Amino acid sequence: MRPAPVTDETATGYYGNPVLKAPVWKPVIALYFFTGGVAGASSTLGFAALLAGNRRLARSALLASAAGIAVSGPLLVVDLGRPARFLNMLRVAKPTSPMSVGSWILSAFAPASMLAAGSAVTGRLPRTGRVAAGAAGVLGPAVATYTAVLVADTAIPAWHDAHRELPYLFAASAAASAAGTALALTPVPDAGPARRLAVMGAALELAAFRAMERRLGEVAGPYKEGRAGTLARAAEACTAAGAALGLVAGRRRPVAVAAGALLCAGSLITRHSVFRAGFESAADPAATIGPQRSRRAAG
Amino acid sequence: MTRMGFFTDTSICIGCKACEVACKEWNDVPDDGLNFLGTSYDNTGALGADTWRHVAFVERPRGGSAPPSSPPVNGQDAGSSPAADALDTGSAGVRWLMSSDVCKHCTHAACLDVCPTGALFRTEFDTVVVQQDVCNGCGYCVPACPFGVIDKRESDGRVWKCTLCYDRLKSDMTPACAKACPTQSIQFGPLDELRDRAAGRLGVLREAGVSEAHLYGADDNDGVGGFGAFFLLLDAPEVYGLPPDPVVTTRDLPRMWRAAAGAALALVGAVAAACARPR
Repeated sequence: MRPAPVTDETATGYYGNPVLKAPVWKPVIALYFFTGGVAGASSTLGFAALLAGNRRLARSALLASAAGIAVSGPLLVVDLGRPARFLNMLRVAKPTSPMSVGSWILSAFAPASMLAAGSAVTGRLPRTGRVAAGAAGVLGPAVATYTAVLVADTAIPAWHDAHRELPYLFAASAAASAAGTALALTPVPDAGPARRLAVMGAALELAAFRAMERRLGEVAGPYKEGRAGTLARAAEACTAAGAALGLVAGRRRPVAVAAGALLCAGSLITRHSVFRAGFESAADPAATIGPQRSRRAAG
Repeated sequence: MTRMGFFTDTSICIGCKACEVACKEWNDVPDDGLNFLGTSYDNTGALGADTWRHVAFVERPRGGSAPPSSPPVNGQDAGSSPAADALDTGSAGVRWLMSSDVCKHCTHAACLDVCPTGALFRTEFDTVVVQQDVCNGCGYCVPACPFGVIDKRESDGRVWKCTLCYDRLKSDMTPACAKACPTQSIQFGPLDELRDRAAGRLGVLREAGVSEAHLYGADDNDGVGGFGAFFLLLDAPEVYGLPPDPVVTTRDLPRMWRAAAGAALALVGAVAAACARPR
């Protein structure tokens, strides 16, 4: 588990021990990045479809949003060391804490998303449903991107140094997964916007990941090799295949379902890759020490 | 109120670990395992939820360079003091470095910045402390710390770290580790005074030919705005397992929020473009 050969003995610090502490978050948090992404981007897609008069697409997207956010809450609570104290998240509002900002966004988004879905499915309270869909649609992009800031706002090189690209990666991944979900849930004639969004989201997801790897330079290792690297390659394959399938044969329902599943798998694995890479980066003392030494040498 | 802190002068640390023991005793910190790590006399390993003081033992080959003359300790000639022996074991041998690490109580503390509950707060002594009745164990502070200090105690679910003996400070008492230190390697006091004292000590060492001596964390312009608990080191920080140029992650937070805003707008644009065309 010790990193590659280094130029001198002090590059790996004190007996090769990590300088940083690895995160204590469980993989349910990576799963939340996915479900939250689906929820956030789906609500925006649902509201846009509502405005465009595409009710069937709006219904499936708003439903996906509510389902995504319904799963997200419990995932976040079970990861706490003291789950019974989850309401302490709303004890203060701190712009310096992306988790605090996210908690407040979610507590506005979740009821709006649920209300919008409930109204779309039952047909009751149409005006309230529309307002709720609008609120959720506007908050959706924040739900989809704040998680990128959350991981970037740490001392871990593979996360922190990617802080310019991670929000775009997470937004694109959310778009691809929301489009994939809508593609699978919506009858073909009404799924046109989902097909187009799938291609845009997937293309940006692949591009953002590449840009992130380039930016990270000497600390990009975890995204290229090891378990996070394997996950990254698998995610890339799923996302590319899903987008291609949706583009070429997305007008056949079974193919659309398969394409949607592939896009969701790609997004889910992307989140796990980023999540995993943070742990590997934190465990590597050279990743912490190397860039800091260069920075200090450069004055 | 005056800012209080620690000055850890590693040049006179003898590696007795009285600080580790005193800290555990006073703060009722659980044991951190009965381990044999094979890393010199260090079987503690690193700072963590159950280790608030950690004595590092560095064994480094001397290399070809001539050993520095024995530095005077506290103004007197060191003679054959253990500290001088530790510094000077001959050019062919191994050089021993010992250092008692602790939470840095940063001026710009990432753990405090990212804490979503407000459990981490800055005290009237300008130290950084976790309120255990508020912490919900979200764990955000753990990867945010550039020094890997704070950690979650799994048996308990909450995060723990050095409080700079907040309870003792409130009673005008010296923190347990500094009180127990037999060589005054750990000094406690108002930060301004400690910095003056450290500058004096550095001058003495430099004059004695210990050119590698330097202060770590005594500069207000560093990436965390200076440490409340700073050090005099005899080698590069990374040799002791300390980051050479730590920066508080939240310094880049405005740029991160701007990137997120850009990405959020891009998402809206993509959805609008996807829905705008006739179906």
